[in-house]
Amino acid sequence: MKFGVVVFPGSNCDHDCYHVVKEVLKQPVEFIWHKETKLDNFDCLIIPGGFSYGDYLRCGAIARFSPIMEEVIKFANKGGLVIGICNGFQVLLEAGLLPGAMLRNKNLHFICKFVELKVENTDTPFSSEYKKGQIIRIPVAHNEGNYYIDEKGLAELKKNNQIVFRYVENPNGALDDIAGIVNKERNVLGMMPHPERSSEIELTSKDGFPIFESIRKWLKEHGKS
Amino acid sequence: MFEAAIKITLKKTVADPQGLTVKHALESLGFNSIANVWMGKFIRITLNAKDKTEAEAKVSEMCKKLLSNPIIEDFSFEVSNA
Repeated sequence: MKFGVVVFPGSNCDHDCYHVVKEVLKQPVEFIWHKETKLDNFDCLIIPGGFSYGDYLRCGAIARFSPIMEEVIKFANKGGLVIGICNGFQVLLEAGLLPGAMLRNKNLHFICKFVELKVENTDTPFSSEYKKGQIIRIPVAHNEGNYYIDEKGLAELKKNNQIVFRYVENPNGALDDIAGIVNKERNVLGMMPHPERSSEIELTSKDGFPIFESIRKWLKEHGKS
Repeated sequence: MFEAAIKITLKKTVADPQGLTVKHALESLGFNSIANVWMGKFIRITLNAKDKTEAEAKVSEMCKKLLSNPIIEDFSFEVSNA
């Protein structure tokens, strides 16, 4: 199995993701520069956090039109696993791979702290290693994490069980305490909290690691060794 | 050459924490008659087009494709000779 970490100008969690996949998950991983126009046999793509293109215009809006994103969209539409973390989540929203949009945090603060999340759905390739209802501790670091979707969209998310993580105490005003969602097909996950910053006990929490482990297990079960 | 003056604002149905904070600040200065404050973006683009209609069509496409996010934002613009 092979993981890819997409790198935009301004990405800054790319090395953290790479590190966790290579050194903790112990799986092959490569960086993918945003100007690439081909994907070389990847099984899972990680769109990392950071401030792609300086967050100009809207978070993720410019990165969404990077050359590599055409390929990422094709990969996702063919069922490939894609996980967007923080700014990566914003990019996936702008690209239309996930529904909704991000607004500025309700209190206008950049929020950087550990938060508690409730695992709402374990029936995805990204969350099977958790228990339903489990409370996990993962840090957030964002200015635009106030998830928004219209009423009809929210009803869809609930009906299809697409909400994977909810904040126990909502830090940013996100609608319905939403911290992470999957698409209807469940092969694309977006989440504001940073599992790559909580995958080793040296960082005081390993609660993010089961996400990577879930992906590894899912890929193995689907014939990627 | 044409010039487009583009305004992008959050939809009225979307809460605008920035606007609300500015409203509170204005109220603390004694401006008590304010009903609402909405913040937004202003973008000025100069472009070549064969006529105003073509320029407007181009600007509209830019707004839809990149400059605004239709889930949370509305846009409006005026095109004039530059």
